Amino acid sequence: MKKIVASIKIALRALKVNRLRSALTMLGIIIGVAAVIAMVGVGAGATKRIQEQIQSIGSNLIIVLPGSITSNGVRLGSGAVATLTQDDAKAIAAECPSVALTAPTVRGAVQVVYGINNWATNAQGVTPDYMTIRDYTLLYGQFFTTQDVDAAAKTAVLGETVAQNLFGDSDPTGQAVIIKNVPFTVAGVLTPKGQSPAGQDQDDVILLPISTATQKVLGANKANAKAVGSLMVQAISPQAMDQALQEIEALLRERHRILPGLDDDFTIRNLTEVFEAQESSAQVMSILLGAIASVSLIVGGIGIMNIMLVSVTERTREIGLRQAVGAKMRDILSQFLVEAVTLSLLGGIIGIVVGLTSSLLISHFAQWSTEVSLLSILLAFVFSALVGVFFGYYPARKAAFLDPIEALRYE
Amino acid sequence: MASVIEIKDLVKDYRLGDVPVHVLKSISFEIERGDFVSIMGPSGSGKSTLMYILGCLDKATSGVYMLDGISVGNLNRDQLAEIRNKKIGFVFQQFNLLARTSAAENVELPLMYTDTSARERHERARKALLAVGLADREEYQPSQLSGGQQQRVAIARSLVNDPSIILADEPTGALDSRTGVEIMAIFQRLNREEGITMIVATHDPDVAAYSNRSIHFIDGKLRLDERLAQPRQARKDLEQLPAERPEEIVSS
Repeated sequence: MKKIVASIKIALRALKVNRLRSALTMLGIIIGVAAVIAMVGVGAGATKRIQEQIQSIGSNLIIVLPGSITSNGVRLGSGAVATLTQDDAKAIAAECPSVALTAPTVRGAVQVVYGINNWATNAQGVTPDYMTIRDYTLLYGQFFTTQDVDAAAKTAVLGETVAQNLFGDSDPTGQAVIIKNVPFTVAGVLTPKGQSPAGQDQDDVILLPISTATQKVLGANKANAKAVGSLMVQAISPQAMDQALQEIEALLRERHRILPGLDDDFTIRNLTEVFEAQESSAQVMSILLGAIASVSLIVGGIGIMNIMLVSVTERTREIGLRQAVGAKMRDILSQFLVEAVTLSLLGGIIGIVVGLTSSLLISHFAQWSTEVSLLSILLAFVFSALVGVFFGYYPARKAAFLDPIEALRYE
Repeated sequence: MASVIEIKDLVKDYRLGDVPVHVLKSISFEIERGDFVSIMGPSGSGKSTLMYILGCLDKATSGVYMLDGISVGNLNRDQLAEIRNKKIGFVFQQFNLLARTSAAENVELPLMYTDTSARERHERARKALLAVGLADREEYQPSQLSGGQQQRVAIARSLVNDPSIILADEPTGALDSRTGVEIMAIFQRLNREEGITMIVATHDPDVAAYSNRSIHFIDGKLRLDERLAQPRQARKDLEQLPAERPEEIVSS
């Protein structure tokens, strides 16, 4: 131990002799380590954000949208015709064993008025199950009940953005807001969820009982009073997702009397799958960034090797003298190896600091969330030490194998 | 007196391409403990090669070399390093001090490769510097010392391990004549007072005149081995020599 401390001291002195050269050599490692830490941080931050967004959507989610139908040879786009009904929702909930909950939704743009304030938002007609499916919790008050839906009660639950714009920070529970000239009592406020993976504000919403929404606010579909905009379905488990998709498709085809060979008049999307694809692409991204950054670490290592080779040549006489006064091969080897590792570790430590700082700067100025883990710091530290050993070994070995006479005579 | 060095039929060949060069051609001699020997010869005489072999920096092609009763020919690289560390002190023509390193730390260098504690290393380095009259220059770096002072630091370094022999290869070659005599005075004192065996290689008969015994080499062979009846005394010569310059010229 004492010997190691002594050799580190000797190494530091040798590095001090050529300050600029040592600093420039370290710069390679500093940049490499900092790049690895910052890049992995950016990648991990992106992954984490996507994970959070997936969490905010709800788990095991399937969305059923009214599909395109062909009318007189013209194919109409998705949602052009209201083919899904509240009865479909009930049937899916009742008859598909892999489905836990189903929530029909209708939506439309509305202007909400409270006193002198008003706010344009998106009204959604839903059932209480919707809250469970979307993993909503309440900031204030409570959600409306099945009875409210049955009775078409004029009660509303506000998203946080809406509550904020109408009521500021105060609790709006029990207050009356007016939507399309219909007074509604505020039952509660949802806990904010933030942005959706698609970048929408999930809190800029107002939830109404689906019955009230169709009858009093959005207006019923002329062809079918029970038509809905979409169905939110929650499968009983992540493993049951595929099974649920098949069951829903079979059931809806049967209910909509679609003959075999004809296209579905609805679209089923596995939301979780969509976002998991995003998540894995973010992970691939972070691995890629890390790999590119590692290249600079290796370049830094080559810089160390280069400088150590120069140093061994420059100090040939010194090596010869040390050998003459009794340095064994391993003494010379360890001297130069410690010097290389000191360079790379010092560079590594500075690089960690620079990497942490720059990832903070990135998240501050570029508004990207970064996530620097202790593991990546540890890894960078160990890796920079390994770079020192790996690239320092050859020059050190070269020094240790010098012939003492030739070394002493070296001009 | 017992022999500290015994050499028998020592041969050293080099190979220059396909041509073998016989540098030392079957040399035999002994050096007694506590003797002061000069090894003389023109360049190319094999004098330097012999010094390297005596100093365990090189190995003979054949023959026997016994140093302090140890047969050096059978030792590997690290064992030779150990011998150099424990038994031999080197003084070179070009001093070979580590630049930007204080005199004390230069002197400590051989002890770095032993198990000596830092405190004892420093203590012994101080003593060695005191022995060469540089006690007040411990913290000076080589660039701040005159040539003679640098060589004295080198001598202190060779002393610090309490070696059996000190090998000096042209120790006065890079110094003016008066400083050279000063160095020889130190060697003579160490030889007499500490009983250290001195072996000095030189081409200068004036330097050889301070030794007790002079061995001459020509063309890889021992030509003359004479014991000087009346070696010159460096101390006395110094008194005769006019002080050409102030004792210490120290930059900065």
